[in-house]
Amino acid sequence: MTATRDLEPDVQELERVTIRFAGDSGDGMQLTGTQFTRTAAVFGNDISTLPDFPAEIRAPAGSLPGVSGFQISFSSSTIHTPGDQPDVLVAMNPAALKTNIGDLPAGGALIVNSDAFTQQNLNKAAYTSNPLTDGSLKAYTVFEVPISTLNERSLDGLDMTSKQKDLTKNFFALGLMFWLYERSQEPTIAWIDQKFGARPIVAQANKKALTAGYAFGETTEAFHTHYRVKPARLEPGTYRNITGNEATALGFLVASKLADRELFYGSYPITPASEILHQLSGYKSFGVKTFQAEDEIAAIGAAIGASYGGALALTASSGPGIALKSEAMGLAVMVELPLVIVDVQRAGPSTGMPTKNEQSDLLQVMFGRNGDSPMPVVAPATPGECFDLAIEATRLALKYMTPVVYLSDAFLATGSEPWRVPALSSLPGIGVENATDPATFRPYQRDPETLARPWAVPGTPGLEHRIGGLEKADVAGYVSYDPDNHHRMQLYRQAKVAGIATDIPPLEVFGPERGELLILGWGSTYGAIRSAVEQLTADGKSVAHAHLRHLNPFPANTEAVLRSYRRVLIPEVNLGQLLMMIRARFLIDAVGYDRVRGKPFRIAEIVDEAERILAEHTS
Amino acid sequence: MTDSIDQPPLSAANAAVIQLTRKDFVSDQEVRWCPGCGDYSILAQTQKVMPDFGYARENIVFISGIGCSGRLPYYMNTYGFHTIHGRAPTLATGLKAARPDLMVWVITGDGDALSIGGNHVIHSMRRNVDINLVMFNNRIYGLTKGQASPTSEFGKRTKSTPLGSVDTPIMPLTIALAAEASFVARSVDTHTEHLQGTLERAGRHKGSSFVEVLQNCNIFNDGAWRDFTERDVREDRMLILEHGKPMIFGKDRDKGIRLSGLQPEVVTIGQDGVTEADILVHDEQAEEPYLALMLSRMFWPAFPVPVGVLRAVARPTHDRLIDEQIAAAIAKSGHGDLEGILKGGETWTVE
Repeated sequence: MTATRDLEPDVQELERVTIRFAGDSGDGMQLTGTQFTRTAAVFGNDISTLPDFPAEIRAPAGSLPGVSGFQISFSSSTIHTPGDQPDVLVAMNPAALKTNIGDLPAGGALIVNSDAFTQQNLNKAAYTSNPLTDGSLKAYTVFEVPISTLNERSLDGLDMTSKQKDLTKNFFALGLMFWLYERSQEPTIAWIDQKFGARPIVAQANKKALTAGYAFGETTEAFHTHYRVKPARLEPGTYRNITGNEATALGFLVASKLADRELFYGSYPITPASEILHQLSGYKSFGVKTFQAEDEIAAIGAAIGASYGGALALTASSGPGIALKSEAMGLAVMVELPLVIVDVQRAGPSTGMPTKNEQSDLLQVMFGRNGDSPMPVVAPATPGECFDLAIEATRLALKYMTPVVYLSDAFLATGSEPWRVPALSSLPGIGVENATDPATFRPYQRDPETLARPWAVPGTPGLEHRIGGLEKADVAGYVSYDPDNHHRMQLYRQAKVAGIATDIPPLEVFGPERGELLILGWGSTYGAIRSAVEQLTADGKSVAHAHLRHLNPFPANTEAVLRSYRRVLIPEVNLGQLLMMIRARFLIDAVGYDRVRGKPFRIAEIVDEAERILAEHTS
Repeated sequence: MTDSIDQPPLSAANAAVIQLTRKDFVSDQEVRWCPGCGDYSILAQTQKVMPDFGYARENIVFISGIGCSGRLPYYMNTYGFHTIHGRAPTLATGLKAARPDLMVWVITGDGDALSIGGNHVIHSMRRNVDINLVMFNNRIYGLTKGQASPTSEFGKRTKSTPLGSVDTPIMPLTIALAAEASFVARSVDTHTEHLQGTLERAGRHKGSSFVEVLQNCNIFNDGAWRDFTERDVREDRMLILEHGKPMIFGKDRDKGIRLSGLQPEVVTIGQDGVTEADILVHDEQAEEPYLALMLSRMFWPAFPVPVGVLRAVARPTHDRLIDEQIAAAIAKSGHGDLEGILKGGETWTVE
């Protein structure tokens, strides 16, 4: 038994800490991680998170495929990624240890639930000897804590089974981490009361487990030190913690208000996009209409129908669902109705790895349709930016009467960061008018500036007309098989999308305006690339970072930016898709750096690759 | 069940303003079906009944899929959307959800509705989307020049089944009933008055209407339904359903349908002691569709082919249920507070 100490433990101040919680998928690791995140965010740290969970809802308990993890990095300075490697690994069982220990650097802190290291669990994790006793962990600072036993003891007297009590042990672990990093338990206690208010005994057990974990940290002599990470100096404003999917849903809600249109969302459940449906279906009091369709095709079909009726129409999916929607996306191109198609990318091909990250649908959304079928494509770079790009996608769809693809990914969707809540009054309106004048209305009479056709919704007297997937005559809009007309219409569709290049912000550069190396990225690689460029710059290297938010068309200055550097490096979580587009479009000899492991890039590997290329050039 | 089955009557003022005729619904496009096609009659009857609903032209939308039937919207002087193969019900579902004020017709065929689009038909019906789906059934793929369709007879020889189809045909009305359609009916392209009456009933029904129109393709499947639809045989080989009336048919009005155990049987009134009292009475409004399901499976030559309304019941429509949830949410907590939801409950301030 540990004795209570009279002295305050040592407090050490750190700039940044990265913790990974890992356990069985039934151990509540996502919940533990989320609660730590909220607490750190409200405290004022900059944060970045990376949930990593299996697709199986409950893989066999204790098995290797059933391990679920959540990594959070929190800092007193600005950070861009959830951290290359954890400083602290919390492993709730042998399987979690086995699958995660490889990421823990030598000297890293390892907190294990020693109670879980039974022969049976060791067998399930395919350990031939117990790593807690065989010396294999001597490179780490190991803290063996009998979490299950201590937790159960703390719940003595509660009318619960042992099994029920065991379900609360993640709160014990959380409490311990709160003590270790000087965090308040209050936000979590309030959350428990709200969440389990209807089941007082569960609420009580979770709270007891939390405080018992905290008290254990305080009283045990095992931890000599606890750590302080001060709040970060973020831009002034009101902040909240937000995931990419939350920001996406909020962005489209706000976009519908800025456009003064009813929001219609057609969707079919798919990982990792379902959360958007859950969010939007909760916005009924805003007049949002959500439709869970019978399949992906019906989801986009309904959205096109709603758009035809004058609503702001949205559908979302992931790669496999986008494949199913492709024919209808082509219809939207042909009938030139506004529509936003959200693709929350995941590892493919086929079913691939549903919960794992990849950015490999770029060429699919660019070219995965029959016929020349141009469509604008935008991609947010951070969870918070999902909000801004949702509004941007909507703006383009309405102004240009076109379907627009919005490419998010699993990392953005489930990862989170502090987000400065925008002032609604600062956001410009993006509304467009419907056609109403029968004297001037022609279904395919284009706006001379945008080349958009008029949006004439049913219910407008005198504008009765027919649209459809068959080619239509320029201006008049009746079915046409005229060869020259088809050629002209193809060129119009192409020019309309290409013309957007002058209506979007120029590509910005972080770092020198010209130099040795430009690292060009898109989507969720932003954080790793930016951090790498910061490190390289600090080392005196001539390296810049540019990040595309518009992938079709590219901003008007893209070629000029790329030609300002000797070399262009394009790191992607695919096998070189943007690379192919850049090389084909500009005949620039850019090089790729591709890693498709279902995980985001580590900063260090981009730094290494950049240094390798820089050395190549000078040698 | 407080819902009325039919569309509410338009206000007197509105009805007075909207005085349209068949011609108002004829578009400026030249009709391009094969001469002699059954689709001409369906188009004509559709245009004829349109003025009766009291909707202004701009409030009517025709949505179609792919196939010969898919061209119909181009010939209607209303709003129209010729979509992609099998997906018309999905666009109609979204349009109706966004715009409950519109009258929405879905025009489809046996291949479009029951093969590539089978899933959407089922789900639009079970949701009771307030649409009128008219399925032209010619038992063949016409636009692609003569392949077997899901309603083609078992053993039918076509370009794609030179030795005969090995697929059991699907029964459209059984599918519609199984999918919980609240209005299910059948008519025939050449039976113009009956077709008008059926379309009129479908148009007035509030909820999902499924109308199968037996239609002839004189190029690729001529005489598809001739065995029982020809003028000289139809009275003996078809059963015209009327709500509340006994199921009597035949030139001499002496044949009827009687229930024998769980099976229907054809009997002759006046023979073997059969009287009119033994004959089944049609009830299109029965809460459970047992009778309608039985009728949906009766077909020539074993039985006379039932035409008319098999089922017409009131159920809340999809668009109304969506709107009611929104209204209830607003009634409970007021109109959504955008500033509030952006903050999401837990915020902190950086000075």
